[in-house]
Formats: sequence, C-alpha cells, structure tokens
Amino acid sequence: MGAGPIEGWGRAEVVRARVPQGRSWTASCSVVRSAGMRGLARVVRSLTTPLLPDDYLALVNPLWCGQELRGRVEAIRPEAADAATLVIRPGRTWAGHRPGQWVRIGIDIEAVRHWRTYSLSSPPRRDGRLTITVKAVPDGLVSRYLVRRTRPGTFVHLAGPEGDFVLPEPPPPRLLFLTAGSGITPVRAMLHGLLTGADVRGGTEAGAAAPRQDVPDVVLVHSAPTPDDVIFGAELRALAARFANLRLYERHTRTGGRLRPADLPGLCPDWAERTAWVCGPAGMLEEAEEHWAGSADRLHVERFRSSAPAAVGTGGRIRFTKSGRQADAEGGTPLLVAGEEAGVLMPSGCRMGICHSCVGRLISGRVRDLRTGQVHGEPGDLIQTCVSAATGPVQIEL
Amino acid sequence: MPTTALSRADVEEFGRELDRIREEVIASLGDEDARYIRGVIAIQRKLEIGGRVLLFASWLPPAWLAGTTALAAAKILENMEIGHNVLHGQWDWMRDPKIHSTTWEWDVVSPADQWKHSHNFVHHTWTNVLGKDRDIGYSLLRVSPEQPWHPVYLLQPIYNLLLAGVFEYGIALYDLEVERIPTGDKSPKEAMTQLRAIAGKVGRQFTKDYLAFPLLAGPAFLPVLLGNLTANLTRNVWAHTIIFCGHFPEGAEVFTEDQLDGETRGQWYVRQLRGSCNIDGGRLLHLMSGNLSHQIEHHLFPDLPSNRYAEIAPRIRALCERFGLPYTSGSLTRQTGSVYKRILRLALPGPRRRPEHATQPAPDLQAVG
Repeated sequence: MGAGPIEGWGRAEVVRARVPQGRSWTASCSVVRSAGMRGLARVVRSLTTPLLPDDYLALVNPLWCGQELRGRVEAIRPEAADAATLVIRPGRTWAGHRPGQWVRIGIDIEAVRHWRTYSLSSPPRRDGRLTITVKAVPDGLVSRYLVRRTRPGTFVHLAGPEGDFVLPEPPPPRLLFLTAGSGITPVRAMLHGLLTGADVRGGTEAGAAAPRQDVPDVVLVHSAPTPDDVIFGAELRALAARFANLRLYERHTRTGGRLRPADLPGLCPDWAERTAWVCGPAGMLEEAEEHWAGSADRLHVERFRSSAPAAVGTGGRIRFTKSGRQADAEGGTPLLVAGEEAGVLMPSGCRMGICHSCVGRLISGRVRDLRTGQVHGEPGDLIQTCVSAATGPVQIEL
Repeated sequence: MPTTALSRADVEEFGRELDRIREEVIASLGDEDARYIRGVIAIQRKLEIGGRVLLFASWLPPAWLAGTTALAAAKILENMEIGHNVLHGQWDWMRDPKIHSTTWEWDVVSPADQWKHSHNFVHHTWTNVLGKDRDIGYSLLRVSPEQPWHPVYLLQPIYNLLLAGVFEYGIALYDLEVERIPTGDKSPKEAMTQLRAIAGKVGRQFTKDYLAFPLLAGPAFLPVLLGNLTANLTRNVWAHTIIFCGHFPEGAEVFTEDQLDGETRGQWYVRQLRGSCNIDGGRLLHLMSGNLSHQIEHHLFPDLPSNRYAEIAPRIRALCERFGLPYTSGSLTRQTGSVYKRILRLALPGPRRRPEHATQPAPDLQAVG
C-alpha cells in the first residue's frame, strides 16, 4: 500500500502539464478525483483494519478481489483423449496477455493449494475469457484434477501472464512451428493470432473475424501418438483447409515413428530460412537446439519444467538465496541447522515443528519432513526449516 | 491427583501414541476442514458487518443490544477461533496465503509477529516452567505457590479484575518483556521498535472503533462509541477468563528448569498435559473459546486445526487413563471459581510446598505442583 498523497499529486502534475490550456479544468478535476479516491480508499481501509476492503468484497464475489487475482471456470471442453480446455473468466485485474505466454493457476485439491503453469491456448478474446488446455498426465495430480474433476463454477487463483515465447510484431514473413503433444497449446494461440486475429471459437463474435491481410507463410509440424491424440486436431485441419498460407504436417508417432530433426528438410525444405518456434518434451527441445546450433537466433523454444522433480537420495546442497550462502547437508540435518552452521541468520523458534517461526519459502527442490519421513515441497511452499531436511539440491529464500 | 511417576518407557510409549494420533489427523485433513475455517471466517465477517450496521440504529435500545452482541461475538471469534489458531500455523497446510500464520494480522493490539514469538514459542515451548514461561501469572499475578510471595500480591484480586478489562493491552505490553532490558538481554531500541508497532495498532483500533464508525453514525455517535467499547471490553473479559482457565485452575502443575535437561518428546508431552486444563461444555462454548476449552489437546498439538480437538479429546482422555496420567477438566463456572480462589489464596503468603514432592526421586518428569 504505497499510495501516499504525495505520489498522487506527483502524477497529477504530469497530467496537467500534458493537457492543452483549454482543458486544464477537466485535468484539475481528475486530479481532485484521483486524490479524492486515494483519500477515500484510506478512510475505507481505516474502517476495515486489520483486514482490507477486498476481504469483505470477496465475501460477495471472489472475482471482485483486486489484491489477489482469481478466476472462475466457466466451461470445460473435451479436446482429445484425456485433454480438455478450461474457459476461465478472470477477475478485473487480469492484465491481458500475448499469444504464446503462460499463466500460473492455483487450485485447491483436498483443500491444499497447488500451483502449476499452463500455456494460454487462445489469443486475447473479445469476451475477456482466457483458456488453458490441459492434458492429464498419468501421475499428474493437478492435470488430472483439472481435466477430470473440475466443474464449471470452480474458482481458481491466477498469476501472470508471463513468458517470452511470443511472436514479434510484425511477425516474420515465414514461420515454422514444431510441436509435440500438449506443446501445441501456446502455438494454437499464436496461430489464431496470426491467421484470424482472434479466437475463432471464442467470444461473442465468433467466426466474424476476417482473415488478416498481411498473413505470413506458416508451416506447422506436429507430433502425437495417433490422430485422435492430436489436441485441437479437427480445428487445426480445418484451419489448414481454410488458409492457403498454413501448411500442416501431422506425424502420428505410433505408426510413423518419432520425428527426428533429420526428417525436417524433407517436410519443409526451406526450414533454415524460417524462424522457428518449438514446444514439446525436453528431448525434442535438445534435438532442436542441436539442429539449429548455427542459427540460434532463428530458434525460439518453450521449456516445460516437470511439475514435481523426483526426490533422489538424501541430503544435498542447500542454497540460501537471500543471504547468498550455501551448505552441504546430510539427509538427517534440518535446513535450519545447516543454515545456522553456514552463518545464515535463520529465523527460528521452538525447533520442534510447532511454532512456525522458522518458515522459509522454497524456490526449488524437495525436502523430507524429519517427523514423518514424508518427502514434499513445491516451489513457493513455506517450509518449516527446523523439521525439514534436503533431499537433493534445495534452494530456499532465506 | 494421581502423581505416580511413570517409567521412562511408559512416557515414551505415551508420546508415540500421541504422535500416532497427530499423524492420523494430519493425514485426514481435507476439504471439510477448509470449509470449516472459511465458514467461520465468513460468519465472523458477516457478524461484524451486521453488528456495525445495527449499531447505526442504536438510538433504539434493542438495536444497540443486538448490534453490540453481534460485534462482541465477531471480535471474540476473530480473536480466538480464527486469529489465535491461524497464527499457530494450524491452517498453513492449506497453503492459502490469505489464511496463513506468516501473513495474518488480527484485531487485537499485539502485533502478530510479536505474539507469535511470546506465545507460540516462549509459552508453548516452556509451558508452565517457572522462570521460563512468562505466561505464569503474566509477571503480574501469583498463581502458583512456587512463585515467591511479595506484598504487592496482596492487591492482586483487585488488579486482576482491572487486567481483565484491558486484557489485550496488558498482553501487548507484557510481550515487550521490559524486564529483560536492565539485564542487557534486550536492547531498549528493540523494545522501542516493538512499542511503536503496538502504538500503531492501538491507534488504528481507536480510530476505527472510537472515531470512524461513531462519526459515520452521525447523531448515533455516542451509542456507537459505547457499543464498540462494550464489545471490546466483553472480548477482553472473555479472553481473560478462558485463558486463565487454561493453565491456572487447581490441577494445573508447574515445573522447574532442571526438569528440562534432556527432556524427551514423551516428557514434553507429559509436561504439556499436566500444565493444562480443559473446560467442559457444548459446541458453542468450544467455538467461542477458540477451542481453548480443549487446552490440553491444544497444548499437545498446537498446530493441529482447532476443529479437530473435540474429535480427539476422548482418545486423549482414554490414553491418560491407561497411563494413569491426570486429565484435568471441569465446567466453566467450576474452573473460573477455582482460578479466582487461587488468586485470592495466593495473594497471601504460602502455602508451603508439600514435602513429599521435594523428597520424591525424579528419574523422569515429575510435577512439583
């Protein structure tokens, strides 16, 4: 809450300086109004302390909460085998996104909040909704929940958008998209942005969008196990039929085998002259990086970090990011003790896991609860350092 | 009271049984618990809004009474079932930053971070250890015969009543631990920083309850101010009553520092049990006391969600019977009566420690009360 009166007046001065003489009265009005709004906000906060006005607004509608971005799932559309698109209405503070970017989704599963990142699968829509398209991974807690158990009306938490896997403006004249599996999702948003200027299925003006005039030449090479596994399969085929400047090549790996970079010149002879956007599993990205080694400036990749890195071994190197120190700890040494021995100013209390004075935010890695032996931890979790030990490399914000 | 010393093996077995109960509860936490706390928070906020709206019509005596009651109930819930328990980290497992011990702030004048140190750490770790747990009589009262008598305690029946009315301010100032400044344990600068934080909270509470809302009510300025004052006073007296019933009735024991040497998890559990007393009552009492009516369960498992205490209480009681350990519990009137009797009795010198405790061998944890 850094909204002091001085800040408000400072901005008001700038507004007035830019406005022509004849309209300065209007400008002064807006100055008074913005200062008035800030004053009013302060008064309202003094009525709700120690809570925020938002906390009461959220009682009526969670989407009105400006401090914490929420979204409401409006529809769930099945896309392919065990994949679905979630249409989400974001709260009023959603900033909008560029095709190709991703969003962080927080969802409560058995009352515990889990955060994951998903590519936005549509360009910005006229109706303000956003979509993510999720493929249920066999042991993926969140993806399975989103695809199979989420119902319209569910509230989720949102953060973002983020990511620089986006097209430049204007886009290059010739493009190559190389995707596999759910790697199609950000590219689908880009395709719609490029070809139709909007999401053909989205919004109230669906289908009304006219094709862009200056459309570039696009090749899409996509891999999936079978035709039925192609997420957005029917839609992509329809787009390719409709737009002469989009060529689609599907590789069905169960029958055709895995696509290798060496196959590329045969499918797209001018691949080296195209700017490429590649999204898929880690192995595919590595191969692409090798293939484009001489012309890395024409390659853009989107990496999907696996959501839960497997905990291997016990103990590991702990990095304390705020204090810039690190320590090698054994599997039975609490993070708290390791930090103290490394000279980190660790917050601490009871040292037995009851008082929660010692918690620090986990950045990466997994920890073992020394009381139960259970291995847990996702980025962003608040970890009780006095009863948690590293399993593998750990970074913690302390 | 059965004070048979348990064997070391028994104490550890008792501890393992409790660990098992704890793990069972943790493993079963889920949607229903989340619905509970979010429901209580929603009720509390609606009660507060309702109370304050009613008070705008407080020139009508029934509206004043209803509004003040609703506001007092909201403040009690906010303080006890929500604030105290959220600050213990009981709901941290949900990973909801809106209901988390590291982000919560409450409507009492103790800033949350100061409270977490003095209460969660000092009191809950050193429960009822003389010279360690500053909550024994809050440095003001003599509530245990082991505390040396001083003539000032002659006045404690009176100033205890005054303390009840201004309880939240008393707690905030007591958390400053000013007695550690002369010994050099605490810098005056640190105390000043804390004091400024308290002053900030006092200022905000006064602005809200005694200025902003009365002004909004216009002609009802005075009745609104009186309603808010009554609600705060009610909350203070209620919190004082419940908290004093938790550790000071007959049956609650105190311990000495030497008993902490090499204290095992099992012994820690036994000390928590012997230093705490429950209040018998219905669901409303449990809710309005922030489930501190299950003080024993709360002290054994301070970070388990409070809505689960009632469910595990019969199992804890049965476990105590099996191990021959005391499980002190009584009605609110009985426990309150017992506390006040103690405060009256201990205003005077004595009684002397019973000799059998002084001579009894203490191979394991042994109470001195």
